[in-house]
Amino acid sequence: MAFLHSTATKVVALKEKRSLLPYLLLAPGMLWLTFFFIFPIINLAQTSTQTKKANGDIGQYEQTLRFRNYIDAFVENKEQFSRSFIYAFLATILALAIAYPLAYGIAFRAGRLKNILLVLVVAPFFTSFLLRTIAWKQILGEEGPVIAVLRGLHIIGPQTTLTASALAVVTGMTYNFLPFMTLPLYASLERIDPRTLEAAGDLYANPITTFRKVTVPLSMPGVVAGTLLTFIPAAGDYVNASILGNPNTKMLGNVIESRFFKIVDYPTAAALSFTLMAAILILVTIYIRKAGTDELV
Amino acid sequence: MINWFRKNLIRIYMVLGFTYLFIPVAYTFAFSFNNSGKSNLVWKGFTFKNWQNPCGAPDVCKALGNSIQIGLIATLIATILGTLIAFAIGRNKFKGRSTTNLVIFLPMATPEVVLGASLLAMFLSIKFNPGFWPTIIAHVMFCISFVVVTVKARIASLDPRLEQAAMDLYANEFETFRRVTLPLVMPGIAGAALLAFSLSFDDFIITNFVSGTVTTFPKFVYTASARGIPAQANVIGSSMFFIALAIVIAGQLVGRRKKVK
Repeated sequence: MAFLHSTATKVVALKEKRSLLPYLLLAPGMLWLTFFFIFPIINLAQTSTQTKKANGDIGQYEQTLRFRNYIDAFVENKEQFSRSFIYAFLATILALAIAYPLAYGIAFRAGRLKNILLVLVVAPFFTSFLLRTIAWKQILGEEGPVIAVLRGLHIIGPQTTLTASALAVVTGMTYNFLPFMTLPLYASLERIDPRTLEAAGDLYANPITTFRKVTVPLSMPGVVAGTLLTFIPAAGDYVNASILGNPNTKMLGNVIESRFFKIVDYPTAAALSFTLMAAILILVTIYIRKAGTDELV
Repeated sequence: MINWFRKNLIRIYMVLGFTYLFIPVAYTFAFSFNNSGKSNLVWKGFTFKNWQNPCGAPDVCKALGNSIQIGLIATLIATILGTLIAFAIGRNKFKGRSTTNLVIFLPMATPEVVLGASLLAMFLSIKFNPGFWPTIIAHVMFCISFVVVTVKARIASLDPRLEQAAMDLYANEFETFRRVTLPLVMPGIAGAALLAFSLSFDDFIITNFVSGTVTTFPKFVYTASARGIPAQANVIGSSMFFIALAIVIAGQLVGRRKKVK
């Protein structure tokens, strides 16, 4: 009897341990994210409705629940706000246009070179992205080779520049986030069973129809993941805008950064950050719903 | 001619695509041999002196050292925490799973500038001064999610029959985990660690918010870009490129050899 009893408790103990195990595994990481991601975001929300203390120093604020901060911040910076989303959108479309054939080629045409080419897509990522962005600035800049050739051939006038423009900012972002677009695209294209493509051919679909009706729909999860991984960082980026742009290409990230460090206006920076985050989350949710993939989350 | 063009369209496109990807890398590499003074803007002749003396520019190696230190510590912590979470999500059904998934997903869907600003605002409000440790805390935070996603994918691709076979052969749960599951998941964990390190090493936006007076390599490059970047920065950038490439290729070769066996 005693033996049976002890086995029974053992089983119960084991079951209890089992149900606790996932929580024990989760605890350290989730605590980290709670303290250093969720709490800061909550704190940011609180900061966003504060106002300047009456007799306080620079950077001293008190809570007054002034929700007008949001409207003020938005109205004051609506240009930068729309610019962030337009630039990010353009960069995402461009990156998709460049990355899709690239990923397609690696998945279907590379043969034995597949793995090497895949490594090569990620490889530029390892040279600091700032160095690469600055390299573009110098290649396209006033003393660079491209502008000399274009001016020599009279393709562009002596006054036209390639850097310090919206075009440079968008292409810079396109370049920077290209691996983020290519990898998920490749992953979903590579998973396509080549027999489905053969089947389409057997059913008298020409290559273009096969591509449009079979390849593209099957690669949609990759398109969704790639566009998200490009759009989100692009919308919050300010490095490309400050290296490759001019004062008229400033994005929301530039404003948040300067509000924080130069003007020490925490409430406005917080309100802008919060609006940016909310706008992105809403767009992402709608997009995922429409595209119909929940795999990401 | 037109037929040849049509046949090789994808190939031509791939060559163009890779050229585009590698132009700035090649430029950075080429200008690491530039016999320049302080600013590395114009080509002034070929020299090996930057490679012989990569620490020649003031503070560049200090910044590199900081970046490596921060990267290694952040990678270690993030890889452990993230792998634990991945096993919890990948192998168990429990209450609060979708909330967990959401909390993992959100940091990846938040722009870096928001992550940086919110962390700095909190550190300031609890009077925790920006610097070395705040930077590590921030890097671990944004790396965890990427580790979870990478390791989780590897766990999901495992054949559950392998573990069942181990159990059938009288291995207990712990032994099965240690001798079957963990070795199979290991490539995923290694990949996640490499990813975490490169994310940490290359991060500028968040680091710029929380690092205070500590200079990392990207911060050094950004600050120097106003005056002109010393060629030593190109040496370090190019070296990182070749080291990472060597690690990835070595990993692939090891993987291939194991498969052959």
